[in-house]
Amino acid sequence: MLEGRALTVRRSTPRLWLSASWLALISLAAIFAPLVAPHDPLAQDLFAARLPPAWAEGADPAYLLGTDSLGRDVLTRIIFGARIALTVALVAGLATAIIGSTLGLLAGYLRGWVDLVISRIVDIWLAFPPVLFAILLIAVLGTGLSSIIIAIIVIDWTRFCRVVRAEALNQSAMDYVTSAKVAGRTRLSTMWREIGPNVLPTICVLLTIEMGIAVIVEAILSFVNLSISTDAPTWGGMIAEGRTSIHQAWWVLVFPLIVLFLTVLSFSQLGEGLKDRFDPVLR
Amino acid sequence: MNLVRIIIVRLATTIVTLLGAAVIVFFVIRVVPGNPIAMMLPPGATDADIARLTALYGLDKSIPEQFVIWLTRALQGDFGTSISLRQPVMPLVLGRLPATLELSIFALVLAVMIGGTMALTGTRFRGTRTEAGIDVANGVGLSIPDFLWALVLILLFGVLVPVFYVSGRISPSLDLPFVTQFYVFESLVRLRFDLWWDLLKHMFMPALALAIPLAAIIGQLLKQSLKETMHLDYVVLARTKGYGENHVILFEALRNAVLPTLTLVGVQFTFLIGGTVIIERLFSYEGLGNMAIDAVINRDLPLIQGIVIVFALLFTVINLVVDMTYAFLNPRLRHA
Repeated sequence: MLEGRALTVRRSTPRLWLSASWLALISLAAIFAPLVAPHDPLAQDLFAARLPPAWAEGADPAYLLGTDSLGRDVLTRIIFGARIALTVALVAGLATAIIGSTLGLLAGYLRGWVDLVISRIVDIWLAFPPVLFAILLIAVLGTGLSSIIIAIIVIDWTRFCRVVRAEALNQSAMDYVTSAKVAGRTRLSTMWREIGPNVLPTICVLLTIEMGIAVIVEAILSFVNLSISTDAPTWGGMIAEGRTSIHQAWWVLVFPLIVLFLTVLSFSQLGEGLKDRFDPVLR
Repeated sequence: MNLVRIIIVRLATTIVTLLGAAVIVFFVIRVVPGNPIAMMLPPGATDADIARLTALYGLDKSIPEQFVIWLTRALQGDFGTSISLRQPVMPLVLGRLPATLELSIFALVLAVMIGGTMALTGTRFRGTRTEAGIDVANGVGLSIPDFLWALVLILLFGVLVPVFYVSGRISPSLDLPFVTQFYVFESLVRLRFDLWWDLLKHMFMPALALAIPLAAIIGQLLKQSLKETMHLDYVVLARTKGYGENHVILFEALRNAVLPTLTLVGVQFTFLIGGTVIIERLFSYEGLGNMAIDAVINRDLPLIQGIVIVFALLFTVINLVVDMTYAFLNPRLRHA
């Protein structure tokens, strides 16, 4: 058993760094998109439609990863797509974490009818297929960046709520919580100052995983054409377009897919790596 | 006594959940912008036409009134008429449900087979490079959701090496003798193995995409429990009796290690079914999920309601069955 643990720790370090570096690269590209992107993400050039990547035959070296059916540069759209994907990941991830964790803390620590009500709502939420729920919410809210973020928050708060509630239930039974009560702290102050910091590592791990999920949800919604405008450079929108022209222009699907794959993998591996770091048994 | 109480409480919460789901779906859908009635009529329809059709679909009453009428009818199995397809909702939904169920069950079987093989192989070769490789594969399988696996599979086996179908449920050129919508099951009963094989070839890619994340979860959890079981006295005893490693794992350790995985599979199965919504879309598979996305795009309120309620019913029933099975299998509850 001990060797197994040592192995996990050794393996987790490069994993942590690799995923963090990829996410840093993508973030930098997103922040400095207008500076690093070689073209305009919306500029169409029908004379340069479906050009293959620069190293293939018949390519134009000005378009490193080729162009789509409207002659838009694939690399540029991937870079600008990172802006939308990471904005959704950050804003939706954080908001989901805050709302879900607060409700989970309240349910797990206060128990009683608060727990009963919150747990029933979580049960109801689990009865819906999340993708269908998301699509339905977008139909209600209308397309656009803020609608996507709201839809993710509305659907995914239960993920944090369930885990944090269970953790808070465990922590409440511990001696330090009892001593905080004996020392005369109020219930809310105990919850925030004593239990809160102890569930924070768990929340951080969940948050990185949630950010990966948010990127995927955005891609799925763009894929069914319900994300932002059809013109906007989103990874999911590019994949949807690439899916239809897969036999004529594979690069329109393949490059955004690789970037999306690596980004989601990195978020999740970062979470796993952090879990190993935080876990006192492993440390 | 204890068990009976647990069952009653569990049934009550199931009913509360379903009722809550019905309320939420009903009210969320009422705030959908856009007038579905206006979309149904040809341009140039008079106000009187609109009013007549609105009354026909009951959309002229107040929202609480509409809810009571809708719920009463829904309890009798009447979910109204689809606005875009102009047919009763329930037969439409029930016509598509078998396709989704067959896909989900096939995916579950694949997940158990792949995950089980990974866990057993990893246990058999523990501490070697094989186990390390399986751990990495499980890690990647877990991190990437079904939507991305589907795209990867379409690219690899639909385009690069086109060996599997990546679109539809069955080849359109085939003559279909089916009377039910359970094509896979019925083709077996009719001994039409040609149709059965065609169906399986269509289902394989979408089912695999759905199965990979679950297979990784099963692989990880089952391997963990097997590892713990391998150190128990009775397993050590079996080994000292001279049984080979394969026999010990398959016939001694597996039996005791499998229960935690089984409970998890039950819960995860609902997530897998939820995944069919987008996977069916990607593979143009004629199931309930594909119909649901069309219904949302067409603002077909009665159809959306019917589909979401059927999904909710399916999910809560599966969760109920899993919990009940667990309660019956758990000796502490059974003998209390």
